[in-house]
Amino acid sequence: MTSLSLAHPTCMPRLHFHDVAYQAAGQLLLGPLSLQLEGNHRTLIMGPNGAGKSLLMRLAHGLVKPSSGHLHWCGHVPRQAMVFQHPVLLRRSARANLEYALAVQGCPRNRRRQRAMEALEHFGLANVTRRPARVLSGGEQQRLALARAWLLEPEVLFLDEPTSALDPAAIRAVEDAINTFHHAGVRIVMSSHDLHQARRLADDVIFLHHGKLLEHSPADTFFQVPATVQAKAFIQGELMD
Amino acid sequence: MSDSAFITALQLIANFDPELLAIVSLSLRVSLSAVIIAAFIGLPLGAALALYRFPGRAIIIVVFNALMGLPPVVAGLSVYLLLSRAGPLGEFGLLFTPTAMIVAQVILILPILVSLTRQRIEELHGEYAEQLSSMSVSKARRIPTLLWDARLALITVILAGLGRASAEVGAVMIVGGNIDGVTRVMTTAIVLETSKGNLALALGLGLILMLLVALLNGMAYLIGEGTKRSLG
Ligand SMILES: Nc1ncnc2c1ncn2[C@@H]1O[C@H](COP(=O)(O)OP(=O)(O)O)[C@@H](O)[C@H]1O
Ligand SMILES: [Mg+2]
Repeated sequence: MTSLSLAHPTCMPRLHFHDVAYQAAGQLLLGPLSLQLEGNHRTLIMGPNGAGKSLLMRLAHGLVKPSSGHLHWCGHVPRQAMVFQHPVLLRRSARANLEYALAVQGCPRNRRRQRAMEALEHFGLANVTRRPARVLSGGEQQRLALARAWLLEPEVLFLDEPTSALDPAAIRAVEDAINTFHHAGVRIVMSSHDLHQARRLADDVIFLHHGKLLEHSPADTFFQVPATVQAKAFIQGELMD
Repeated sequence: MSDSAFITALQLIANFDPELLAIVSLSLRVSLSAVIIAAFIGLPLGAALALYRFPGRAIIIVVFNALMGLPPVVAGLSVYLLLSRAGPLGEFGLLFTPTAMIVAQVILILPILVSLTRQRIEELHGEYAEQLSSMSVSKARRIPTLLWDARLALITVILAGLGRASAEVGAVMIVGGNIDGVTRVMTTAIVLETSKGNLALALGLGLILMLLVALLNGMAYLIGEGTKRSLG
């Protein structure tokens, strides 16, 4: 298993949102909101469909720019990786997908094969190394995306509803993989609308509703004494609009 | 008359008639060279057009789209003017050589390769963009990545170019001159033999040409189907 090398092991990356808002076509889709992502734990972004979870994560990862307000990383900008709801895999073999990620990072050619094989093995993909990535099952594809993220050696890993299209066995494998990252010291920021999953994984919860940040609290607090009626309704599994 | 011409045509093909073979092989040489050269220029150019945003991009795209319908005689005429004795490149003495024919066909099919490549790469990039950004892949690095991942779609694009090159007559006629044993290709030979009333050779060539075009289309279709099945 490749060990993760943190660029600045003493200083955990901390992300600040200052009055961040995102608009598209004149419509306010998210915010304005302020929050901090700090520490070394697992943050779950929760909320019903369309609440703005993906948007928040894409802002945090730098894939989209806020329309107003600003974000900044305290200390240094950490190495990051993101796993998307529908994994975007190259039209190549599973192994070639990993070798590509290594090549992009400047890993020397003669080390790529071995590192890719180690990651495939670690994520339970040793028997599909040469299969085209896009004919793999949903669970295998998501694990391949996780293996690729692993090879990027991130300090922060974003996951956007990574299990929403998977069956229970595959969900379990993905959650195990997420905990592998967690135990290696990787900061986890993940969205989910699955309450059970959130109870299993979350250290703290960000609750979004209609693009507004309603709560950001430790998971215990959030689940036991939610501060807003919307969160209470969400936790009780009521259908929300 | 035409019945016997048809039979003679089949005999010419079956006997590997040397004149026929020479014409077919020159045709293939000219069109394949043109396609290979146009692909080396057109594929990266199309991909770059898909990825980079700069002033004038829209105009370039529209021009290349329009040039897809460039009449072969116009392509031939412009190369003729360039290469003729009085033209800017006249000193090289390329007019009425296979090289001139290759140049004319490159000009003819380059817009097809650029435009279709740009479309395919733009589609694929729409799918890949966030993942590639997430991995901090530079624009320049994305070009070979996307070209490789679109490889099967691009083979059909190249085959479309080859089809157009091997079927056109106007450009090679003007810059090649249809000189026996030097620049005579299938299409120009068909024109000549038909006008001379030598229908057997014309028909034989026509059959081979049709077969070739059918083969190209068949390959394009099979590759398309294969892609769907093997790459998801
Ligand atoms: N680029 C965009 N243009 C317009 N609307 C968008 C765009 N991105 C997201 N939205 C809208 O913003 C809202 C929040 O989207 P999203 O973050 O994907 O929600 P979630 O991930 O919580 O389901 C949705 O109503 C969605 O339709
Ligand atoms: Mg979402």
